[in-house]
Amino acid sequence: MSLTLLYVQTLNGLQLGVLLFLIAAGLTLVFGVMDFINLAHGVQYMIGAYLAAMFTAMTGNFFLGLALALPSALLFGLALEFLVFRHLYDRDHLDQVLATFGIILTLNQAVKVIWGAAPLSVPIPDAFSGSIVLMPGLLYPVWRLVIIGSGLAIAVLLGILVSKTRIGMLVRAGATNANMVSALGVDIGKLFMIVFGFGAMLAGFAGAMVAPILSVEPGMGDNLLILTFVVIVIGGIGSVRGAFIAAVMVGLVDTLGRSFGPTLLRAIMDPAAASQTGRALAPMLTYILMAAVLFFRPAGLFPAKK
Amino acid sequence: MMIRREALPLLLFAFFALMPIAASFGPESYLLALVTRVMVFAIAAVSLDLILGYGALVSFGHAAFMGVGAYAVGILSSHGIKDTAIQLPVALAASAFFAVITGALSLRTKGVYFIMITLAFGQMAFFLAVSLAAYGGDDGMTLSGRSQLFGFDFIKRDRAFYYVTLVALIAAYALCRSLVVSRFGRVIRGARENPQRMAAIGFPLFHYQLAIYVIAGTLCGLAGFLMANQAEFVSPAYMTWQRSGELIVMVLLGGLGSLHGAILGAAAFLLLEEGLSGITEHWKLIFGPFLVLVVLFARGGLIGAVERLRGKGGA
Amino acid sequence: MISKAKTLLPLLALTLLSGTAFGQEKLKVGVMVTLSGPSAVLGQQARDGFNLAVKQLGGKLGGVETEVVVVDDELKPDVAVGKVKGLLERDGVQFVVGPIFSNVLQAIHKPVTDSNAFLISPNAGTSNFAGAQCHPNFYVTSYQNDQVHEVLGKYAQDKGFKKLFLMAPNYQAGKDSLAGVKRHFKGEVASEVYTPLGQLDFSAELAQIAAAKPDAVFAFMPGGMGVNLVRQYRQAGLASIPFLSAFTVDESTLPAQKEAAVGFFGGANWAPDMKNPQNEAFVKAYEAAYNSVPGTYAMQAYDAALLIDSAVKSAGGKVSDRNAVRAGLKKGDIKSLRGNFKMGLNGYPIQDFYLVQVVARPDGKFATSLRDKIFDNYVDVYAKDCKPAN
Repeated sequence: MSLTLLYVQTLNGLQLGVLLFLIAAGLTLVFGVMDFINLAHGVQYMIGAYLAAMFTAMTGNFFLGLALALPSALLFGLALEFLVFRHLYDRDHLDQVLATFGIILTLNQAVKVIWGAAPLSVPIPDAFSGSIVLMPGLLYPVWRLVIIGSGLAIAVLLGILVSKTRIGMLVRAGATNANMVSALGVDIGKLFMIVFGFGAMLAGFAGAMVAPILSVEPGMGDNLLILTFVVIVIGGIGSVRGAFIAAVMVGLVDTLGRSFGPTLLRAIMDPAAASQTGRALAPMLTYILMAAVLFFRPAGLFPAKK
Repeated sequence: MMIRREALPLLLFAFFALMPIAASFGPESYLLALVTRVMVFAIAAVSLDLILGYGALVSFGHAAFMGVGAYAVGILSSHGIKDTAIQLPVALAASAFFAVITGALSLRTKGVYFIMITLAFGQMAFFLAVSLAAYGGDDGMTLSGRSQLFGFDFIKRDRAFYYVTLVALIAAYALCRSLVVSRFGRVIRGARENPQRMAAIGFPLFHYQLAIYVIAGTLCGLAGFLMANQAEFVSPAYMTWQRSGELIVMVLLGGLGSLHGAILGAAAFLLLEEGLSGITEHWKLIFGPFLVLVVLFARGGLIGAVERLRGKGGA
Repeated sequence: MISKAKTLLPLLALTLLSGTAFGQEKLKVGVMVTLSGPSAVLGQQARDGFNLAVKQLGGKLGGVETEVVVVDDELKPDVAVGKVKGLLERDGVQFVVGPIFSNVLQAIHKPVTDSNAFLISPNAGTSNFAGAQCHPNFYVTSYQNDQVHEVLGKYAQDKGFKKLFLMAPNYQAGKDSLAGVKRHFKGEVASEVYTPLGQLDFSAELAQIAAAKPDAVFAFMPGGMGVNLVRQYRQAGLASIPFLSAFTVDESTLPAQKEAAVGFFGGANWAPDMKNPQNEAFVKAYEAAYNSVPGTYAMQAYDAALLIDSAVKSAGGKVSDRNAVRAGLKKGDIKSLRGNFKMGLNGYPIQDFYLVQVVARPDGKFATSLRDKIFDNYVDVYAKDCKPAN
């Protein structure tokens, strides 16, 4: 296990973390501000990927495809909000779970009807294909660097937006006490719609950005949704900063644990047992992390102050 | 009103009890298997409703208990121990043990954090089962036959197994019903409404909640025992998070916090799945919107809809 | 409740009525494959291949009017058990064709073989049913699962590769896969990596491959995992290291992998470009009907229909004469699309295996293409443990 490998895996972990953050940011805001459990958030990610695949195939250019996919994902999110979600804001969490579960079933099946069951793919834009040498012996695919870079940029922008602007202030206030914000004369319905649409677009953006490296297939958002919930729970619901730190944590623990776990175990047990245990433990790592965090901090790392 | 409330579960059980007579005129073993499956899931859903509907403890890892119960049957029978007199106590004890450990840790958290930590334990159980290479790993394992009772193949015949499952369902329902009307049940409900107040009165809420969590887990382990026997097959697929989600959906679809709503929900979920998937490959395009519509227009699930209809008719 | 009972009872009555009357010679075949979830495309191929054969035979198998009932096992073993009972009892099928996945096979094998029907697997061929638990009512038109993996191990050994990097998902089939490779490959194994089932980003493993510098990589990554691995493998600039694989580059994944998979190797008992008249006709008809290139899933399901056809024919069209039908199945006297095909004593085929390689076809589609023949008349290693009951 060389140092180079450690660097590469750290970059990989960072990339997964950034991806998780893009999805988690919207989810944690929707949850924190509107107190709304949206299981269908993973579907937004899938829709983003499918839209990017479709528009890229139509226009022949990924960036044109992306430019068309983002507003479409936004519109789609707003349409869902208008048709279903806004009728559920004042309902019980469990009603929201049931309805959004129904939406997952519907949309997973719908994309299969529209685009077929076989996975789709999107080519990497020519300008960003291939790998570059970051340091001697360290080769890294350019597109993954683009994902990391754009994710970090969005994280910074989002941070500024939430902490410095008026709308950000309202969002933060909403996460702490939505009733109070409403009583102060802010159109809470409009605020919700903006937050929701924005979250949907971010998830769609994540889906579009990974379309060139992951296969685009029905149900692709389901497992990621669970991981995203892990992230926002570790980070503390409603906290964008918490979501970012937790996303990077989960990304690194998952990636590094998978590749270095068995090696570390080998130091304390014989190789056969180490690889056996490593294999059993690797997929559990993120859940163990979450259980541990919640054990010591039952409301996550950065709980919103109520 | 009280009589009416009790009429619904009685009707349900009467339907289950008489169904085999109707089934004997048709594809009997298929119908028996289908409705047995419904009743097994009904037990799991009732046990979930006990903590979800009365304790507001949303367990997103409830399927794990089913898996623990099923694996107890599978592992014991692969070692030649096929007697219910051993299998059932082991299955119940194993699920109770799992519930004590995970419950003690999970109940430190609340709300969504509780949902997620139970999910975490469910996932750990799932991955553990996948890594059990000696017991089939991901492929699961086929049982050589159903469990025996003192060497007697008491549930070998589908009809016998059907009625054993029905008895188990009624027993589970009766136990839960008597729990929720007891003083214990009132404390649990009180904790749901106003935990601070209950704690201030001096109830050790944690212990009450842990107790009900363990009871629910153990009952779900019973469902797992039956599930393994019904399919004569045990697999990690019994404890995926999707399965836990389906259990929650069953309870919500039927109607939260009534116990018989969970039975109705399990029946509606599984029969719709079976019926619709026979009509079209894209049955989820019907089932998905159906769930959304139930939430939007039938508050309180199917039970709520039934009671409202009856309320209109009666008034 | 009353309204519930009102809806439920007709439903039951309906299912009661739909049970067919036995007596007249009519053939009913239940096709149980996975049609939902990310792996649905495999089930679709099998279903389409089977239906194509029935259509080409004029809606008759063995000269008997045939009705095909397709059901989705949802890749949930317990759901599959319930549905297969429905096929057997409600629909009264005499044959069940399916499934795609081994875990479903484990679950439905007993209910079907215990009943009055035969189980024909167009894909899943697990080791237990090939060996000690072989059953006279169970036949396979694909292969014993290990054999495909063995092809690559044998090839790596013959080719003189010294150091092989192995990866598979962390589940039973993954472990069997790597065991199959190592049965014939005697060189050094650089590393055995097991990834969580359903993992989609392989960056961590690709970095390990780059660091280990093996002579070749062997991967078993079915479905969406394979799509991702292959594309990321090429993106990581590793394509100069030969990529050997099983169930990772085939006609179900190539539409998404496209150029990224060209030149990569797989193991198979057949490829669309196999030269024989019946296969050429099949591929042409399949592509015309379903607008996609058939893979082994479609071919094996097509052969399953041929197998039923030949068995019913040899029983003189008397589907109810189970012993005669079974004798026909045992004979396995079919003109398989893969050419050489014999039915082994354990109900698994004895056939040839090939190294296949992904090519871009002139029409812009991608397909596997036959390269070297690796095994002749290959009998699976478990067959010797099978003691046929009759």
